[in-house]
Amino acid sequence: MADGANSAAFVEFERVQKSYDGENLVVKDLNLSMPKGEFLTMLGPSGSGKTTCLMMLAGFETATHGDIRLGGTSINNIPPHKRGIGMVFQNYALFPHMTIAENLSFPLEVRKMGKSTREEKVQRALDMVEMGAFGGRRPSQLSGGQQQRIALARALVFEPELVLMDEPLGALDKQLREKMQFEITHLAHRLGITVVYVTHDQTEALTMSDRVAVFDDGRIQQLAPPDKLYEEPQNSFVAQFIGENNTLEGTVKEIKDGIALVQLDDGELIDCKPVNVSQPGERTRVSIRPERVEYNKGRLQEGAHTLKAEVLEFIYMGDIFRTRLRVAGNDEFIIKTRNAPDVERLVPGQQIEIGWLPEDCRALDA
Amino acid sequence: MSDTTQTGPVLAADGTPLKRSLARALRMQKIRALMLIAPLLLFVLLTFILPIADMLFRSVENSIVPDNLPRTVVALQDWDANSGEIPDEAVFTALAADLKIAAEAKIHTRIGSRLNYEKPGISSLFRKAGRRVKKWDIEADGPFTEQFIKIGKGWGDPEVWRTIKTYSGTYTNGYFLNAADMQKGPDGAEWRPENEQIYFTLFKRTMFMSLVITVSCIVLAYPVAWILANLPARTANLLMILVLLPFWTSLLVRTSAWKVMLQQQGVINEVLVWLGLVADDSRLQLINNQTGTIIAMTHILLPFMILPMYSVMQTINPTYLRAAKSLGATNWTAFWWVYIPQSVPGIGAGSILVFILSIGYYITPELVGGTKGVFISNRIAFHISTSLNWGLAAALGTILLAVVLLLYWAYDKIVGIDNVKLG
Ligand SMILES: Nc1ncnc2c1ncn2[C@@H]1O[C@H](COP(=O)(O)OP(=O)(O)OP(=O)(O)O)[C@@H](O)[C@H]1O
Ligand SMILES: [Mg+2]
Repeated sequence: MADGANSAAFVEFERVQKSYDGENLVVKDLNLSMPKGEFLTMLGPSGSGKTTCLMMLAGFETATHGDIRLGGTSINNIPPHKRGIGMVFQNYALFPHMTIAENLSFPLEVRKMGKSTREEKVQRALDMVEMGAFGGRRPSQLSGGQQQRIALARALVFEPELVLMDEPLGALDKQLREKMQFEITHLAHRLGITVVYVTHDQTEALTMSDRVAVFDDGRIQQLAPPDKLYEEPQNSFVAQFIGENNTLEGTVKEIKDGIALVQLDDGELIDCKPVNVSQPGERTRVSIRPERVEYNKGRLQEGAHTLKAEVLEFIYMGDIFRTRLRVAGNDEFIIKTRNAPDVERLVPGQQIEIGWLPEDCRALDA
Repeated sequence: MSDTTQTGPVLAADGTPLKRSLARALRMQKIRALMLIAPLLLFVLLTFILPIADMLFRSVENSIVPDNLPRTVVALQDWDANSGEIPDEAVFTALAADLKIAAEAKIHTRIGSRLNYEKPGISSLFRKAGRRVKKWDIEADGPFTEQFIKIGKGWGDPEVWRTIKTYSGTYTNGYFLNAADMQKGPDGAEWRPENEQIYFTLFKRTMFMSLVITVSCIVLAYPVAWILANLPARTANLLMILVLLPFWTSLLVRTSAWKVMLQQQGVINEVLVWLGLVADDSRLQLINNQTGTIIAMTHILLPFMILPMYSVMQTINPTYLRAAKSLGATNWTAFWWVYIPQSVPGIGAGSILVFILSIGYYITPELVGGTKGVFISNRIAFHISTSLNWGLAAALGTILLAVVLLLYWAYDKIVGIDNVKLG
């Protein structure tokens, strides 16, 4: 982690471990450092420890080992209500017995603010999420998306510098979710707050974040901006987890000039970019994104290795074509092509040759 | 599809109005549903609705007097009850005639008992007169005034006659007046003398003690329910058995156990004396008074408070408390402003249950309440089984019912009845 030692780090996890039962480590070795104003997303499969990390940061779970720092000071012994961290819960947790305005006023009241200040701030927060007219309603009288906005407004109304969100859009339908993703990122950037956002929807992670931390098995597998994460996955878990991916298994033959020659299990040779393979003889998984596969000979680089493939299925999806191929014994090899006038539509049964640029083909751990 | 330009009622495919064909389709369903609940409906009707209706009726019914003393009642109409004099011979003759028939049917003592509720002493007047009247010849043996007075001096008391005249209607509000510590005086309803006012005190005491019991139940049950709701399900179920255990023991056994505990020579006093907290000669009086009733009934009704509270608390998501804390509330503020308000439906349901159960409670106050700790229900039981004044018992019961309904209504106005959750 390049900026791990950054002294301007606002949120820091250092060697944090967490176990609930004293037998299994749910969080194994978490190191993370965020500058102020960053929008960081924790992404990972169910049970990978994302919520646990968030809860440790919020103060509802204690770290079994390690140090969590906020603004340079360790918060291990500070109770949740003194941390001043805003939080949006997955089920929103709007207090059902209070009106919307009372919900928003609650954090201000416990901070002993005067009535007029409170009213002003509540109104401003409601206007911010375009819910100005709903102050008198109860949470149950709002739609899911509206409740979500109120939860957001409530987490922001006391002007915290850090806001945590645990799958806040999980319960919304696709369209609303996309709209809210957009609104949350805009709001976060406008207010300059630091956000830790948890989701297991990778599109959400890629579209919203400055950086994404991919969690698996209690560890951060990769921490990188979205484009890097997608284009340069550091290991085969990330490659598989983020976006659609084709995998071919093989053995490294040689590594030379930044190019690894990999012999696939059916004997064919391909050129790859070595990512975490270092020696000939190592087993590897080669990862290629479906949209980087080329079958139009004219566009392939001179001298690039090509593979024979048989078309199994052709799916018309409007803006793109999705074709399933059999490549090197793999029946699930997918390629995606843009629907353009000059693109040939493949037919099942057709034999083609496919290829790619060596840098798009990454030799990862097996 | 039917023609959209058509006006008037929407028609079904066969031309009948849609409403009617829908009603027909639903009728079968309704009848089937009704048949399913019919046994219960019948049972409730026979064992619950009818007895209550009967009770309401009995509390105002008085037909025994006009039915059995018809001539007397008519004759008495001309008599001025406030004149201070006894009625004239015609009334006595009518009474003799009525009584002779009643005595032959052996019903005269029941008339006497009825009137005796209103004026003590009348019962024996009727009993003695009935015995003699049987031998009289109504046509020949008159005049009867002197003869009646000779049988019992009371017949010469205008008050006795006034009582008979007052209670000569088919319906009476006498039982209710009685139940409210009032009586019919020369000029309408009036309070009974201070030392005879017992029901009002009893009602007040019943209300007050039920309130104390309800509050003690809330105080004791809340933490228990809270712990149960926050424990892992397995442990909670195990502890739940402990809460329900009292239900599996006979009420009488439990109450008797309290007798053993609370006596002056009982377990609690012995322990206190042994610990030196209480002197041997000033042992606490814990039983046969209000304290005994309150302790025993709080214990017995506690599960009725814990269960609804528990089931409501179980539904309160712990993230609300977390949310409150993340917003800056201390543990206490979060609990007070976020948790307690959400548990109100449980408190409400438990309170209604416990309060209504306790104002009608009978066995426990009877056994551990002594004279100071009995409830209105004990008095009702007394009138039903000992004094046999069912009319008064019915009137007291009706008042109790009215009070419960009133409280229910008040609760609905203040807290809202839809705010009650039993599970
Ligand atoms: N209170 C708890 N007690 C014991 N184990 C727990 C507790 N909370 C979580 N765990 C375990 O810790 C692991 C990580 O859980 P966590 O909730 O952090 O996952 P997550 O990444 O948020 O998953 P999801 O995407 O499903 O929300 C899981 O295996 C879970 O079973
Ligand atoms: Mg989670």
